Amino acid sequence: MDLVSKLYFNYSKIIKTIRIYLLLAGPGMIVMIADNDAGGITTYAATGAKFGYSLIWFLILLGPVAYFVQEMTVRLGAVTKHGHAEAIFSGFGPFWGWFSLLDLTLVNWLTIVTEFIGMTAAMNIFGIPPLVTVIVVILVMFGIVLSGRYWTWEKITMAFCLVNLIYIPAAVLVHPSVSDVIHAGFIPNFPGGFNGELFFYMMANIGTTIAPWMIFFQQSAVVDKNMKEKDIPWGRFDTVVGAFFTIIVAVFVIIVTGTLLYGMEIGSAAQAVHVIMGTHQWVGTLVAIGLFDAGFLGAICIALTSSWAFGEVFGWAHSLNYKVKEAFWFYVFFFAGLITAGTVVLIPGAPLVLITLFVQVVAVTLLPAALVFLIILLNNEEIMGKYKNTLFDNIANITIVICIIVLSSLYGISTLFPALFR
Amino acid sequence: MATMVRVIGEQIVALVSESAQKIRSINQKYANPKIQLSGGAKLALLFLELYLIFLVGLLAFKFWTIIHGGA
Repeated sequence: MDLVSKLYFNYSKIIKTIRIYLLLAGPGMIVMIADNDAGGITTYAATGAKFGYSLIWFLILLGPVAYFVQEMTVRLGAVTKHGHAEAIFSGFGPFWGWFSLLDLTLVNWLTIVTEFIGMTAAMNIFGIPPLVTVIVVILVMFGIVLSGRYWTWEKITMAFCLVNLIYIPAAVLVHPSVSDVIHAGFIPNFPGGFNGELFFYMMANIGTTIAPWMIFFQQSAVVDKNMKEKDIPWGRFDTVVGAFFTIIVAVFVIIVTGTLLYGMEIGSAAQAVHVIMGTHQWVGTLVAIGLFDAGFLGAICIALTSSWAFGEVFGWAHSLNYKVKEAFWFYVFFFAGLITAGTVVLIPGAPLVLITLFVQVVAVTLLPAALVFLIILLNNEEIMGKYKNTLFDNIANITIVICIIVLSSLYGISTLFPALFR
Repeated sequence: MATMVRVIGEQIVALVSESAQKIRSINQKYANPKIQLSGGAKLALLFLELYLIFLVGLLAFKFWTIIHGGA
């Protein structure tokens, strides 16, 4: 009887903990999984096709990197109750404020275009024309965002996050050799030696792991969710879980493409799907659904990031808890970004490849600034109080930030001058 | 038709003027940064400025090479 009571007590405790987590989960999980957007899936697919399982260990290392950066936004948002855009204006003045806001808006809009490219390409595989995909996607996003509650938006978006795990069954279906995956993927190695091409792929993977919009998104989401200082541990846990899943998804994409496409040059995830469809229809179908979902998650989160940022600075009502009438400009900005980006994809002869490349270049103009501001703000005792960075935080975060700045900059530069690392 | 064009023109002028006013008020509101910057923070901001100048220079160079038929 005593044992039964103990078991029941432990069971109740676990259920209660899970309930609290589900209540507070969201920003960390969503930002991390949405980070595996259409561009991210393309990068992983190309990496798997080029190097097989050999860079899995490197992707696993990127999980903690993403966590350390995003954890800072949880603390900053919960303590200041301001989004990152407003925090930059307030802390560093109008010059850096306008630079960050306008650069963010540009890079976000370009990224949303790439998400629509991914979504239309994925649906095209099922015979759905791009026009229908764009219209339906925007209408569905209308429905999710106009629910009038942050909570509803968050939980629906988390359901889309679960769809991202579709790469796990896809990987199981291709029957990879577990021994090969472990031996080639989990032991650090540089396939073919550390050359320019390998370095380029490593930089591309880092570039997809930390994007400027993620910093702005999570901080604004923490504020919109009304997370308090006491919720910071849950926010951290949520970010850990998100980082874990984002790496899981990345690893399984690598397993799929490393098994089926090893040795091929893959330029886009859509191209990978087309090739896979030729031999493994079910796997191709799952990968196409995953690509669509990745683009959908990316688009809805990134569009929201710009709206939050503008709302914070311009003083508009900027919460998903408001109805359209109450936060008119917030919603107008959100849908204007989506509709214009979706329209660009439909224009015949639009320079979509150029846009995809340009995203990387514009992103590296903003990422270092956003990261440096984050570190400076997190070290300000007046703002952060007891939640300011500790010595360990600073050693870890400054090291990570310097590495990200150097590598993402080199990646952006190599996009401008492709011969540099090839 | 002329009246409609005039009304739309007036609306656009009002919107632009309102936006300019809003931007001025934002600039005034945040004119004095709230945080005291340490030496290290000032150095980091200086690095950012130089970094951006470098990137703009690089973009300009790329643009110049494209115009002149380069890669």
